[in-house]
Amino acid sequence: MIDIEKANGEALSRLLSAQPLVVGMGKAKETVPGMKDRMLLHAGPPLTWETASGPIRGGVMAACMYEGWAHTPEEAEKLAASGAITFDPCHHHHAVGPMAGIVSPSMPVFVLENRTAGNTSYVTMNEGLGKVLRMGAFAPEVIERLRWMEKVLYPVLDAGIRLSVERGQELDVKNMIAQALHMGDELHNRNKAGTSLFLRAIAPFLVETCRNAADLAEVIRFIDKNDHFFLNLAMAAGKASTEAAHGVEGSSLVTIMARNGTEFGIKVSGLGDDWFTCQAALPDVLLFPGFTREDTNRDIGDSAIMETYGVGGFALAAAPAIVQFIGGTPKDAANYTLEMYEITGGENNMFTIPALNFRGTPTGIDILKVAETGVTPVLDTGAAHREPGKGQVGAGIVRMPAEAFLKAAGAFADRYLGE
Amino acid sequence: MTMSMTKLLKEGPKVVNIGVEQFYADLKTQKAEAVSMDWKPSAAGGDLLARLKKLRKGGN
Repeated sequence: MIDIEKANGEALSRLLSAQPLVVGMGKAKETVPGMKDRMLLHAGPPLTWETASGPIRGGVMAACMYEGWAHTPEEAEKLAASGAITFDPCHHHHAVGPMAGIVSPSMPVFVLENRTAGNTSYVTMNEGLGKVLRMGAFAPEVIERLRWMEKVLYPVLDAGIRLSVERGQELDVKNMIAQALHMGDELHNRNKAGTSLFLRAIAPFLVETCRNAADLAEVIRFIDKNDHFFLNLAMAAGKASTEAAHGVEGSSLVTIMARNGTEFGIKVSGLGDDWFTCQAALPDVLLFPGFTREDTNRDIGDSAIMETYGVGGFALAAAPAIVQFIGGTPKDAANYTLEMYEITGGENNMFTIPALNFRGTPTGIDILKVAETGVTPVLDTGAAHREPGKGQVGAGIVRMPAEAFLKAAGAFADRYLGE
Repeated sequence: MTMSMTKLLKEGPKVVNIGVEQFYADLKTQKAEAVSMDWKPSAAGGDLLARLKKLRKGGN
């Protein structure tokens, strides 16, 4: 007879005890396990070019031009449709990617190691907001920025990170997340404090290793101007932690939530490698000027790992200022967090919310509780234009659809009731 | 328990709203006496819910 409570306790304990540290950087083709030439990783559950949404298609086209596999958007589209490129979810490679989540072989990635369990995770560097690859944009300036990130940003950060590791002073992302929550971030759509903390922590190592003052200044300015720079690192911390909680027999806790702009998918600790999927939600977001609701693509991105990790939409009570970006009131933000306690296995022992008397964030989504209560996880997310090449249209709140959780709950009952 | 029509018309309705909060908000706008209870039907249907209940009790 299975003991679900005990199994969930074990899975939650693995998640909470994870200690994700930044241990290096590298090019995806040499660093990410299973990465191959002419392979592109993407956000969410598996997809094909035919089923891919606009932002995924745009991101793929941008990556084809960035890699030099194509020289125009038309060539890139033709190549992507030809079957010459292998598409694979980031999650199948211990990686995560925000929005379209495209990782191509030449892209530099951060490597994080969960010191407790020894597993690693991978993520690209964040490009900023607006017209960027992860939002499906492929204009010349998008490709130019990606090349600068590879040629200047990557070597400067890599050298600094190497020195931090040599000295045994690896950057502790979990600690930064815990601090950022006390500084008004919820770590999905607001990473202003996290980015500042990261920059403060890495700055001395950059100064000690970078011999080109102009490059160093450019790097610091780039990170300073991109309040979302820390998001990718926080996502990789979430991935390293939730992956450690996967594979606990009898556990009904979610270890992956991800969207590819067409489908939403989850994986459950005690249900092996199966994805449980359904159509992705259509986010009702606060739109940037000039865009309409009809421009919005279905929900997209691996950044739902933040809510799976116990922050993001689940920690909205910590981030009253976020409502200026995503809509609603600070009271709404607090209520979202309070509601999430109904569907989680426990409270975080390190991530706490000052406004809730330092209560731990709701952590460890339980598919059984979602099925039983009808309460579905809430995310605060960015939204991309439904057409390739257009970029971000806004940001706001989105509920994950119940269907994937119900499918998983059904499979859980099949497996553990033995009927 | 029933309320006489006369009493209802004289005193006005007292409403307990269950679920969708907008109905409660509309009543309050009209200054009606109302309380709201946050409630949602479970996402799972009868069969799945029964199986999950069985699981909770310790399965087979």
